[in-house]
Amino acid sequence: MTSNGLIQIALFCLVVLVLTRPLGGYMTRVFAGERTFLSPVLKPVETLVFRLGGVDASREQHWLTYTIAMLLFHAGGFLLLYALMRVQDLLPFNPQGMAAVAPDLAFNTAISFITNTNWQNYGGESTMGYLVQMLGLTHQNFLSAATGIVLGMALIRGFSRASAQTVGNFWVDITRCTLYVLLPICVVFTLFLVWQGIPQTLGPYVDAATLDGGKQTLALGPVASQVAIKMLGTNGGGFFNANAAHPFENPTALSNFLQMVSIFALGAALTNVFGRMVGNEKQGWAILGAMGVLFVAGVAVTYWAEAAGTPALNALGLSGGNMEGKELRFGIVASALFAVITTAASCGAVNAMHDSFTALGGMIPLINMELGEIIVGGVGAGLYGMLLFVVITMFVAGLMVGRTPEYVGKKIEAKEVKMAMLAILILPLMMLGWTAVATVLPSAVASIANPGPHGFSEILYAFTSATANNGSAFGGLTGNTFFYNLTLASSMFVGRFLMIVPAMALAGALAAKKTVPASAGTFPTTGGLFVGLLVGVILIVGGLTFFPALSLGPIVEHLAAAAGQSFGAGG
Amino acid sequence: MLKELRPAFVVLIALTAFTGLAYPLAMTGAAQVLFPRQANGSLITRDGAVIGSALIGQNFASERYFHGRPSATTGADPADATKTVPAPYNAANSMGSNLGPTNPALADRVKADLETLRAENPRDPVPVDLVTTSGSGLDPHISPQAALFQVPRVAKARGVNEGVVRRLVEENMEDRTLGLLGEPRVNVLALNLALDKARPQ
Repeated sequence: MTSNGLIQIALFCLVVLVLTRPLGGYMTRVFAGERTFLSPVLKPVETLVFRLGGVDASREQHWLTYTIAMLLFHAGGFLLLYALMRVQDLLPFNPQGMAAVAPDLAFNTAISFITNTNWQNYGGESTMGYLVQMLGLTHQNFLSAATGIVLGMALIRGFSRASAQTVGNFWVDITRCTLYVLLPICVVFTLFLVWQGIPQTLGPYVDAATLDGGKQTLALGPVASQVAIKMLGTNGGGFFNANAAHPFENPTALSNFLQMVSIFALGAALTNVFGRMVGNEKQGWAILGAMGVLFVAGVAVTYWAEAAGTPALNALGLSGGNMEGKELRFGIVASALFAVITTAASCGAVNAMHDSFTALGGMIPLINMELGEIIVGGVGAGLYGMLLFVVITMFVAGLMVGRTPEYVGKKIEAKEVKMAMLAILILPLMMLGWTAVATVLPSAVASIANPGPHGFSEILYAFTSATANNGSAFGGLTGNTFFYNLTLASSMFVGRFLMIVPAMALAGALAAKKTVPASAGTFPTTGGLFVGLLVGVILIVGGLTFFPALSLGPIVEHLAAAAGQSFGAGG
Repeated sequence: MLKELRPAFVVLIALTAFTGLAYPLAMTGAAQVLFPRQANGSLITRDGAVIGSALIGQNFASERYFHGRPSATTGADPADATKTVPAPYNAANSMGSNLGPTNPALADRVKADLETLRAENPRDPVPVDLVTTSGSGLDPHISPQAALFQVPRVAKARGVNEGVVRRLVEENMEDRTLGLLGEPRVNVLALNLALDKARPQ
């Protein structure tokens, strides 16, 4: 660990914090339908879409209608994406002549992108033509991100409204989010990324005659426009197989820094939106504070572990930390920081190969996802995940003092706690359940690349990442098999939609409640005590659920590595 | 539910058109006008032929050139298209080794590389980036130490003074961006081009 490394980390945190309030203010205005500086250009577009779709922007929906609208929208998106991949050989903008994608891989990829996971069982530059990359993948990057944000908004409205029957209009929210928030930022960000060196072309791959007498085929494409939304929307699906480690997806230290900032920007801003809408910005800062505590702790462990390096290589006389699977222009600190950010949010882009991280360095990304990606989290999804934990925390606090808990003026009663628990329990069921199944199936075990406890970690990481809709991987695991394509798709689907439905039910239940004024007995939720309690509840719930699995994977691997043990094939 | 079908259809088509076609195509147009070099892959040409990209590493095996980091990329086996064989710096199939920290295959590979490098330059410690593969397998950079480590070999193969080669390395060193972000580095392709230019043949 170096002082420069710590400064890079501190600078990142500072930039995110500075952006939180202005972005939060802008988003609050957009979702309230107020005028913004982009309205003169975008208002006519928005009005046209609403008129053609028969959408009455002033009419709001009950939580159930809102949820059904969202599901319908995704069903359509799924069919479109699946069909595009299956017939891409017949479509234009395919200069490399990529073949139609196989049915199970197309199914897995379509689920992966509509759920904001962007798990990649395919190699981008060797599988997908440009039309699929743009019309299929870039487009879903936008829509799944917008969906996360609007669902977060619906839950925020649940907390901020009193005795209301509705939580917003899905069609209005999704259109405004895409037009006013995501697209404008992406336009600027794309141009920045091209300036830094990311290609943006429809031309074919280029053959180069290399200096040392070889031939190199350079994969190109409309990369920058996809990378911009992949980061901003916490999607994470790379244009190329190596994702943000690829020099064409992340060419410089500066592009890397801003990509990291863009992963957190909207998620952090949504905590501010929450604070503004419940009438006290401090409520938002308290939530962001709890996220910050968990984040900084995770970064510290991963940075320390990666800087310390791999015992087996240090024993050979090497120093300088664990550089296997890392790019030189980022080095240890920017790789470790990126890994923690991408798993704290549900991004899943990687600028280094997590499979080659040290045991403890790779455990933090795993824990981040197991906790449900609530540390800033996926755009929208992180906030509603965190608010579920807030409900549980207030319930626990209420039990301690024997008083009906209330949060931002809403009484937390049996129904809310049940819905929150349901959503929180879905995740471990898929993560641990499928891992258990995979470890007893010889055909599934055959997919692992690294024998011993690390192989178990590969499987656990895959199902954790899929369920949490992250999409990063311990990439050694061969995921493009029939078994993994289907089971991972089921994890992604359940992890997204079965968490959304209880969260939306919670939004509806809260919106219908009256607001009770704060009294002397109300537990203050803007201070350090609340932040500490929230962090404690998250760690206890996460620890109780996942410690046994973690001890079979990274923890035992760390102890074995420190003792100089290795795990060969068949050993 | 039925009355949600029309908005579902229209909003989906409209947003698909905006984000999936209009946005990437408009960005392609703008990028081609504003930053044509970067938008087309930062290609480097010499004598009219494309010799590579400034951002993508290349495989250098000759003693006369500086070598990049080991690369784990693979390509299709020319003898049997269903199999893959190692193909370092294959820029159409980026990947890392994905070897875990307790996999003996990692330590064995590093040990073998270390022996070669220590025979080549017994004087200096081997920098870690010269024996570890990058995440993409296309890393264009090595550390300044890794470049200086190779100076004796390159100078000998070219039959020139070590000081001349060392000066070229120093000219090609890049500091952290803004003195702060990332790591100090040397672009291997740029350095080798400078080497050829300084002493053709």
